[in-house]
Amino acid sequence: MSENKEIKFSEDALALVSRIINRYPEGRQKSALLPVLHIAQAEFDGWLSPAVMDYVASLLNIQSIEVYEVASFYSMFNLKPVGKCVVEVCRTGPCWLMGAEDIVKYMEKKLGVKEGGTSADGMFTLKTVECLASCGTAPMMQIGETYHENLTLQKIDDILDGCRNNVTEPIAHWRKNKIKA
Amino acid sequence: MGRKLLTEHINVPGIRNLDTYRKHGGYETLKKALGMKPEDIVEEVKKSGLRGRGGAGFPTGMKWGFLAKPEGVPRYLVCNADESEPGTFKDRYMMEFLPHLLIEGMAIGSFALGCRTSYIYIRGELMYVFHILQEAIDEAYAAGLLGKNILGTGFDFDLNVHCGGGAYICGEETALIESLEGKRGNPRIKPPFPAIKGVWGCPTVVNNVESIMAVVPIIRDGGDEYAKIGIGKSTGTKLISACGHLKKPGVYEIDLGLPVEEFIYSDEYCGGIRNDKKLKAVVAGGSSVPILPAELILKTAAGEPRLMSYESLSDGGFASGTMLGSGGFIAMDEDTSIVKNLYTFTRFYHHESCGQCSPCREGTGWMEKLLHKILDGHGTLQDVDLLWEIQSKIEGKTICPLGDAAAWPVASAIRHFKSEFEEYVRNPQNIQKDRHYYRVNNINPELV
Repeated sequence: MSENKEIKFSEDALALVSRIINRYPEGRQKSALLPVLHIAQAEFDGWLSPAVMDYVASLLNIQSIEVYEVASFYSMFNLKPVGKCVVEVCRTGPCWLMGAEDIVKYMEKKLGVKEGGTSADGMFTLKTVECLASCGTAPMMQIGETYHENLTLQKIDDILDGCRNNVTEPIAHWRKNKIKA
Repeated sequence: MGRKLLTEHINVPGIRNLDTYRKHGGYETLKKALGMKPEDIVEEVKKSGLRGRGGAGFPTGMKWGFLAKPEGVPRYLVCNADESEPGTFKDRYMMEFLPHLLIEGMAIGSFALGCRTSYIYIRGELMYVFHILQEAIDEAYAAGLLGKNILGTGFDFDLNVHCGGGAYICGEETALIESLEGKRGNPRIKPPFPAIKGVWGCPTVVNNVESIMAVVPIIRDGGDEYAKIGIGKSTGTKLISACGHLKKPGVYEIDLGLPVEEFIYSDEYCGGIRNDKKLKAVVAGGSSVPILPAELILKTAAGEPRLMSYESLSDGGFASGTMLGSGGFIAMDEDTSIVKNLYTFTRFYHHESCGQCSPCREGTGWMEKLLHKILDGHGTLQDVDLLWEIQSKIEGKTICPLGDAAAWPVASAIRHFKSEFEEYVRNPQNIQKDRHYYRVNNINPELV
């Protein structure tokens, strides 16, 4: 995120946040924190800077520390800048049984990064993650909200090419097109 | 062929939409339930013998019966859709294709328990399913099946879907409640139990997706009818998510009591082992439950055929049995490295430990390191003994069952496959590094 960008949600996102807060009893707006952090990642390039977390705290009328301690606990929140596509490859038992290790090694080679790294062109961040409840269609990986299942190396080539050709701005799990009412 | 109480219509095109769901009898049971006394609904669920489908197997009707009902205090039904147990993917499948079955079950359960607002807590990674549920909820509101004065009965009920942020521990019910309150998913010390003090300090029932869906056929047909299915105290049908080296992995609805052998080998279910290899081992109920070698999963130590039921799978205790758990059924063929598979599980529990209790926080990491050392060919026989020692000091010594869940796979792998650990120690030169794992589509090893 560029330094001079003002930290403020879009009108659509603000409207969504107030709808979400209304789902919880009065005074319990902190309950909206996880959904709002997902929206924040969608609004601000797929990651949460301290300034963005401070902004979320102000939206929910809670202390910044309450946001930091939560954002750092859950694995879906990125606390460092990420590529436009965060590729999350499942590595747990059932996927491992079906060749997840091959998938990770192939991706590392193809993207020229180690697990956790971002490709030189800023397009891909490669993450390994724990079980995504897709064990019957292993091996698998997630990009944004999309599950890519029964992976083969050919499929990975096609998926990554598709990303390169079509993705112009960072995709978060909560897609931007799902923020509009 | 087993009965299809939950999955009967799952392949109907468009069943995700309200109109199609209603054409196939959807929301008729809600109509029936709203004409019943709430306590009679709880009674039917008790009669059905339904046991929690998330893994613990605690009787659902009894759990409902424990809910405190102080005057003037709201109470909540929370659906646990945080499905994260490795090997388990049934709830995801059901919610993706039959979101209205969950909504109908939530409305019936909430009416029975006197809840006016309820929540579905879904793991954040299933964001696309979160949106499917939200769209289905919006449809139900527009049709007067949620909101004020549902179906003209005077019952007001709001249903919300809430997404998590990626944490296995939030499948533990008190961690889930903390997470729903916008906090870290640290399990609470019990008592007080959620039935007395749950979300926002109010009485709360937390039920798994499949348990809540099962309430619909139970109320439709009656608890007694449901209890006729199954065997002994394992009543009804169960969703089994089968994965690993099976010819036909997937989600199957079975009558409890089906022989394990039939489930693995018959064409109606998993169709046998891929590439016609031999079965080596099975983790029958999600990664937490003890692993069993083929001979003990097919037959009990006493030589009886092993059945897919709570009692039969646990026959013999942990010495020779396991658990039905969540129904995450992971099969491994003869080439599988049990030690390496265990390493991925242990790494998982280390990653997912919330860190509150030292035995779990430190012990899971220690076990992961020891397994890594053994796999790398630097292990000693003392390391195997140490692994046993560590797991025995985690089990039963933590606030929540994650510690047990991390200990049991280690204990059972050593119990049943000790010689394999010793082989790694004694003959590290024999470890074929590229044969640790299954190759993707017989790929050229030079590519990776």
